[in-house]
Amino acid sequence: MTVHLLRQFDDAARLAPGAVQHRPSRGLPITAQWVAKSFGDKHVLRGLDFHVHGGQFVAVVGRSGCGKSTLLRLLLDLDQPTGGRIWIGNENEKTDRSAVRVMFQEPRLLPWASVLANVEVGLGANRHSGEARNRALATLREIGLEDRRAEWPSVLSGGQKQRVALARALVSQPRVLAFDEPLGALDALTRISMQRLLERVWLDQGFTAIMVTHDVSEAIALADRILVIEDGEIGLDLRNDLPRPRRRGTAEVAELERIILDRLFRDATVGEDA
Amino acid sequence: MTGAARKLDGLTQWLLPLGIIAGWQLLSSVGFIPGRVLPAPTDVVLAGWKLLLNGDLIKNIWVSFWRAIVGFAIGGGIGFALGLANGLSRRSERVLDSTLQMVRNIPHLALIPLVILWFGIDETAKIFLVALGVFFPIYINTQHGIRTVDAQLVEMGRTYGMTPSALFWRIYLPGALPSIFVGLRYALGIMWLTLIVAETIAASSGIGYMAMQAREFLLVDVVVLSILIYALLGKLADSTARLLERNCLAWHPAFQKS
Repeated sequence: MTVHLLRQFDDAARLAPGAVQHRPSRGLPITAQWVAKSFGDKHVLRGLDFHVHGGQFVAVVGRSGCGKSTLLRLLLDLDQPTGGRIWIGNENEKTDRSAVRVMFQEPRLLPWASVLANVEVGLGANRHSGEARNRALATLREIGLEDRRAEWPSVLSGGQKQRVALARALVSQPRVLAFDEPLGALDALTRISMQRLLERVWLDQGFTAIMVTHDVSEAIALADRILVIEDGEIGLDLRNDLPRPRRRGTAEVAELERIILDRLFRDATVGEDA
Repeated sequence: MTGAARKLDGLTQWLLPLGIIAGWQLLSSVGFIPGRVLPAPTDVVLAGWKLLLNGDLIKNIWVSFWRAIVGFAIGGGIGFALGLANGLSRRSERVLDSTLQMVRNIPHLALIPLVILWFGIDETAKIFLVALGVFFPIYINTQHGIRTVDAQLVEMGRTYGMTPSALFWRIYLPGALPSIFVGLRYALGIMWLTLIVAETIAASSGIGYMAMQAREFLLVDVVVLSILIYALLGKLADSTARLLERNCLAWHPAFQKS
């Protein structure tokens, strides 16, 4: 009886106007067709084949040097694959650049531009209009740094810088947001609060998120789907339906983490024993 | 720090020079330093006042200032342009850089005899030497500044769809600015040095000429005055550059008020 009531309440909350809703339609799908990349004799990616639905949150996990960052560079057109194809949106349509945004491991803010001007960089050519300014301000408000808008990036803390970088990525209302270990350089507590922020904006804006990370618990906390890359191939493709917001340290999380870590260290354990 | 304490701190730097002048005046007044060797500060001021009244001082300062500015604008302009070109384009660097590095190793003051043969002792000679002297520090530091711009920022600019001109104005140029300022301040020093030498050796006007002429008539006070004016002009140029630097690089942690 109680369970039933709770479920009704839950449905009501989901349909209530103004409630946070996930709109999968906004995000663009990502398709990789046997995409491969080699640098000389070194085969970094050996043919990855996957499809990400629009609005999905995918984490790409792997040990360092497994090619996960290369995958992101191919996706962002910063590098060309040596085999196969990877595209965003429809196969034969060129996707608008401002629809795809990226957050790097480093904030990469312009040190000579104010916090607000850095966010306006995300709007590209439109950045000089008054409307652009208002949008940048609104995005800064959303991430809680509106009162720091006139300051230089150098006076901000690491976490604040990364939040400004997030605002810069969000301000053009992208349909795909790629993360390259965006929280890797932050301290543990700042990481957790950043993860919550990322989850909130993703739920709010419904873009497709693809996050490269070596932090398995971060992948479990955020992603709907986890791709484990091993030796340039997809070693594991896991669905993660745990209800949000996800709590750390539950049995389900621990189980998922164990599966992924076992997979990642399959060869390493043998190596260490020898 | 309170306002008064800060003011006192600002005055500290003037204590030593003022003390030296006071000691100099004292030693001259009691006759310890003969006027033929080094005239008293009051005599130097008096000589300056006389030259100011008959218009020679202003005329000569103006001539020297004009040579410095024109030479700096030409040499600095070309150096800046080539520095940008060779910093941004590998091809341009391959064509030009090794030649420029070869020319750089010729001390530009060694060209004075040649320059006098080419241009005589008129304005072109001085401006040519100043331009040549100023060229290299500006060129090298501009090129170095552009080269060392954070590649990650450039990549960010590209992924965020910046056009080549936006990349230049928003990332390359501001990123190179600290290094360009180093070149600027160094070039200003070379500018005065070159001018002093050139005006002393071959000129018919300017502060250097004023000093050399005064030497012929044993007017030691005018010689000392000329030297002090050079020092003052040099300091003025450096202070202007520093002010500019502080304003343009306000974002730089090194220039932020704590």
